[in-house]
Amino acid sequence: MATDLDHTARLSSRREGETARFALGGEWVLADSAALEKDAAGMAAAARGSARAIVDLAQIVRLDTAGAWVIGRAMDELARAGVVVSMEGARPEHAILLQEAKFRPFEAPSRCRRLLVIDILADLGSSVVSAARDAYNGIGFLGEFVAAAGAALLAAGRFRLTSLVYHMESFGFRSLPIIALINLLVGAIVAQQGIFQLRRFGAGSYAVDLIGILVLRELGVLLTSIMIAGRSGSAITAELGSMKMREEVDALRVMGLSPIEVLVTPRILALVLSLPLLTFVADMSALFGGLLVCWVYEGISPAGYLSLLQAAIGRNTFFVGLIKAPFMALIIGLVAAMEGMATRGSAESLGRHVTASVVKAIFMVIVVDGFFAIFFAAIKY
Amino acid sequence: MTDLASQTIEKPQPSAARETVIRVRDLVVAFGQTLVMRGLDLDVYRGEVLGFVGGSGQGKSVLMRTILGLVEKRSGLIELFGQDRDRLSSAERRRVERRWGVLFQNGALFSSLTVRQNIQMPMREARHISARLMDELAMLKLELVGLPASAADKFPAELSGGMIKRAALARALALDPELVFLDEPTSGLDPIGAAEFDELIATLQHTLGLTVFMVTHDLDSLYSICDRIAALAEGKVIATGTMEEMLACEHPWLQAYFHGVRGARLAGARKPNDMRGRE
Ligand SMILES: Nc1ncnc2c1ncn2[C@@H]1O[C@H](COP(=O)(O)OP(=O)(O)OP(=O)(O)O)[C@@H](O)[C@H]1O
Ligand SMILES: [Mg+2]
Repeated sequence: MATDLDHTARLSSRREGETARFALGGEWVLADSAALEKDAAGMAAAARGSARAIVDLAQIVRLDTAGAWVIGRAMDELARAGVVVSMEGARPEHAILLQEAKFRPFEAPSRCRRLLVIDILADLGSSVVSAARDAYNGIGFLGEFVAAAGAALLAAGRFRLTSLVYHMESFGFRSLPIIALINLLVGAIVAQQGIFQLRRFGAGSYAVDLIGILVLRELGVLLTSIMIAGRSGSAITAELGSMKMREEVDALRVMGLSPIEVLVTPRILALVLSLPLLTFVADMSALFGGLLVCWVYEGISPAGYLSLLQAAIGRNTFFVGLIKAPFMALIIGLVAAMEGMATRGSAESLGRHVTASVVKAIFMVIVVDGFFAIFFAAIKY
Repeated sequence: MTDLASQTIEKPQPSAARETVIRVRDLVVAFGQTLVMRGLDLDVYRGEVLGFVGGSGQGKSVLMRTILGLVEKRSGLIELFGQDRDRLSSAERRRVERRWGVLFQNGALFSSLTVRQNIQMPMREARHISARLMDELAMLKLELVGLPASAADKFPAELSGGMIKRAALARALALDPELVFLDEPTSGLDPIGAAEFDELIATLQHTLGLTVFMVTHDLDSLYSICDRIAALAEGKVIATGTMEEMLACEHPWLQAYFHGVRGARLAGARKPNDMRGRE
């Protein structure tokens, strides 16, 4: 019959002249580790001053490696204090376990502590270096991509049409609803704000000019790029990153195939082709959102809206946005592919690179948009 | 590792009265239209090493995952430590999960943790273990599975295939479980490593009374440490028994498995009755 007593670890000590006797009983298992460690620590104190110690294990009901380790550790401590330790009464299976889990000192993991200031400075330095390295690698990657894309376009047999169409569907076609929706909303919001602000000067109908120019030049392409960076850029990084993690990229390489050509080129080309199309849809739905709001708030009929729009914008206004789109796509694709290929073996690294991909892509898209604005202003387009 | 040949230890005798740790009855598992398990029955007794064999793609891993609760079953009964899995509350299920350790076919180490942290992960969840003991136990487990101390602070991506297997076993053994599931533990190990692995499992079985459910294709392991063998084919357990019973079995697949070129070579080389630790 097992009683309650059998289930807890017990330790009793007795002094017989020069000899300290420890009788261990119950369950010496990991589930009770705090009590075990306390008991075992008490053994050293109890045996102080005696020449010999005998550890009697006969009453132990259950022993696991943690229990054996703690007993071994206590015996080692006694031995180092100059006490002659011996063990008796252990069952054969417990004896084996005690032998297997015999105490040996392990080097504690080094947790070196440094100054916080030095850490911060080192972090700062390494981020500057890594930013510079990113730029350098980016240019290298762009070169590789252009070479691979050029080769693929020249040698028709190497062109991966199926893959291209597949990615265009997933990056382009499947983002249509969300792109159309957010641009419709943003177009409507810009129109509403425009009408309310301009109405104070009695110029409510100029809201159409505002919508036309702002949406076609900037908002359409910018919102689409940001959305695609979040939606497709992250997908590209995650796909390439997990392929890298599971050695699929290496498998391609040893088959004599270039990962850039097989994996990266179709994805970036798909983005470059999709983004202008999406931008067009974005422009149209934003203008339509503006049309609805102008109709409701300002009483401008759809026909009136269209003629005001025609007067407000030229063909160049429309093209300014579209011209930017493929460049934005190239940036998003390159950043995403680079981050994906930079993934190392761990899931954490994959997560970090996906985040970095989206953040860097959006940042670069906005910076490049700024350069385009300066450029178009300079050439008066 | 200790040489068990010199020790005389009484092995738990198989008897009708032995406690059943895993009881599976009439299990049906399917993915979409394809049935993987078609009314499978299986018993695993306390203290035994059960070797589970079957052709590739027959569903050994699926069975293990179903018992662990990772794959939904269509119908049937799964009892763990005498309790019906479906009737357990989530707290009771967690308590059951603390009592087992699992080694997945591909290791399934957490890639963002070092080997040491991987082993300490289940210990951390137990909450009451002191940091010092956790460090020491992690290193002890590492040594038991035959990994050098330098592997402790490596990440899984920096390990070889065999080292991943060992580290994963160390993690499975972290809490000294009563029951361990091993999915092809010796695949990817060199023969010496595989033999040490077998030896370790045998030692733990003797000393801790460990129950082992082991999926394996390694005939050496089957010969040397498995008390019983169960064979899976066509979604059912077609035969269970000791090595001798399996060798005598008429089923054509078993004949091919154990009396094929490789099986025959081993069977000839080592008669079942002069095996280590066998009565
Ligand atoms: N998630 C899943 N979805 C669909 N089918 C699956 C899934 N997991 C496994 N299968 C199928 O179940 C069957 C059994 O697979 P399982 O991985 O259990 O094989 P196994 O016996 O472990 O083989 P091996 O010895 O090669 O490891 C296979 O036919 C596999 O295709
Ligand atoms: Mg399997």
